[in-house]
Amino acid sequence: MAIRAVGLSKSYRIAHRAAPVTRVTEAVAQRLRHPFRRKDYEDFTALSDVSFEIPWGEAVGIVGRNGAGKSTLLKLLTRITAPTAGRIELSGRMGSLLEVGTGFHPELTGRENIFLNGALLGMRRNEIRRRFDEIVDFSGVERFLDTPVKRYSSGMYVRLAFSVAAHLDTELLAIDEVLAVGDAEFQRKSLAKMRDVANDGRTVLYVSHQMQTVESLCTSAIFLQHGTLQLQGGVADVIERYRGSFEEYAARETQARKGLSDDVPRILEVVPTSQTFSVDDDKSVDIRIGPTDDFIGTYFVSAHLTDANGNVVGQCDSRLVGRYLDADREQRLRLSIRHLWMKPGRYSIDVFVCASGILDSWEGSATFDILPSLPYPELTSPEATGHGAVLLDFDYEVHA
Amino acid sequence: MSKVVITPPGRLSLPHWQELWGAREVFLRFGQRDVLLRYRQTAVGVTWVILQPLVAAGIFSIIFGRIAGLSTDGVPYFLFSYISMLGWNLFSGVLNRAAPSLVANQALVSKVFFPRILVPASTILSVILDFVVALVLGVVLLVAFRVNPGIAALALPFWVLCTLCLSLGLGLAASAIMVRYRDVAYVLPWLVQIGLYATPVAYSLEAVPEQYRIFFDLNPMSWLLTGIRWSLLGTAPPPVWQLAAAVIVSAGALFAGLLVFQRFERSFADVI
Repeated sequence: MAIRAVGLSKSYRIAHRAAPVTRVTEAVAQRLRHPFRRKDYEDFTALSDVSFEIPWGEAVGIVGRNGAGKSTLLKLLTRITAPTAGRIELSGRMGSLLEVGTGFHPELTGRENIFLNGALLGMRRNEIRRRFDEIVDFSGVERFLDTPVKRYSSGMYVRLAFSVAAHLDTELLAIDEVLAVGDAEFQRKSLAKMRDVANDGRTVLYVSHQMQTVESLCTSAIFLQHGTLQLQGGVADVIERYRGSFEEYAARETQARKGLSDDVPRILEVVPTSQTFSVDDDKSVDIRIGPTDDFIGTYFVSAHLTDANGNVVGQCDSRLVGRYLDADREQRLRLSIRHLWMKPGRYSIDVFVCASGILDSWEGSATFDILPSLPYPELTSPEATGHGAVLLDFDYEVHA
Repeated sequence: MSKVVITPPGRLSLPHWQELWGAREVFLRFGQRDVLLRYRQTAVGVTWVILQPLVAAGIFSIIFGRIAGLSTDGVPYFLFSYISMLGWNLFSGVLNRAAPSLVANQALVSKVFFPRILVPASTILSVILDFVVALVLGVVLLVAFRVNPGIAALALPFWVLCTLCLSLGLGLAASAIMVRYRDVAYVLPWLVQIGLYATPVAYSLEAVPEQYRIFFDLNPMSWLLTGIRWSLLGTAPPPVWQLAAAVIVSAGALFAGLLVFQRFERSFADVI
């Protein structure tokens, strides 16, 4: 086993007072005033009783909604913070790519930063020396090696930082969504690098929101929810479960809305005109918003279209089409989205009712599916549509 | 292949020495970074290292030597205060640089793992470098003033080591406490400033009235400075009890500093 975690828990103490005590004088004064009172703390459990084993050579994706404990788990595994309970056994050095460029100092030159950053990431001196040329080649900044990195463009900076990290030869590697950096060319290089690492028989842990990358990079996955491990298994199963968690959330939300007061205009119902649409259909959604006597004036509505991975595909703000609504009567609206070729898959709608601030919001108020058949004249392999957030109505004209 | 076991930390623990040794490269790189950054984009560069004690010694000569006429055990006043400032700067330098180091490097502490103690500990490298450069000028001054400390000079590394242990112990504790309580940043420079006058830096212990003598005898820096002056200026050696006490207090300070640091370290990434 490369990694074994048993009964891993992490809780943070959150002080109940509005402002935490950060001054000695305050701490002493508090102690004097209430010498025997236990401090007013609440334990916030970020991770509770998580156990798993990861064999060598696996690339493991860690997925879950925001706040599920993914990053906490990675922080425990990389020893940035200590567990509250439990035990982790790592059978090798753990390198981390939690954020590229940590430890880079703007005043130091590229060369000096490579050595400093390499050392911080756990590389030994001759290891850095041996791989120095490779690192420089990979980053493509050789001409600026003796320039302070504060004069680098942000692209160069990130490339250099990532190159150092990518050449880390640890047996275990933890990555927190850094692959999203840089241009397309660099991203491809980075992905290839990560794949090499896993193929070497080393073990990679990868935290991400991007299911596409998890699918293409990982050999197995872990699904976390509310700080507990829900499922460890194949990538496809885990991603399915992860997507399912969005629907559960929506169902709970509908239930919860029934008890809300009507002192602001409440979103009562969001219903797509059809549960399924074709890629090139116009999509429409009916929205019903309740009346209120407590709010005087008009409000506007904004709807966000979110894909199954949590990416916002588009926003429809009623101000853009000049629609303001009176709050004193019930409003029935139909949102129509025209000329958009959405990729096949499941989408959810987040609706916001706003005036000077947000009056009411309902995330994941409804879902609909886009059917898998494509409107293109030819059928071809899936990678022809693999990239991009939406499909485009395009053509190539060949000039003679 | 090395196996690493991570468990919840205990209440009192000493650092993991093997891990520290493994991360020595970080220690050196931090030290190098401090040195490079300090003198990059400065007009006179490393000259600052000798300019600071020179100017301080000059001012002390005028105020304490000429105006107040304090005793210096018969050593030329300028030389006396320059050598004393060497020792004092070693102490205050480590303390002043180590204390804010963790807070200044909070981005690192919350993002990557390495033995955190290396952050404050590595500050001694740049202070030692400053000390060595200033010491070279000090030796030049000794020759110029024709002062020969004799065999006592061999004891200098001992005094330096004791001073480093004492200041690093205090610095470690201060840096760890500062992560939680930022007041340390305001109180510490003020205490160091007071210490400069409350310690026989600009005057010899002879100048202290008998009834206050006890306070000076309790100050470890006063023992260490007497020792440094003995080793470099050939003045009277410190009494033997101070020699023993210096060892015990500096080792004790370092040990206590380590314990305090380890005690606070558990929560750095969560608090910082």
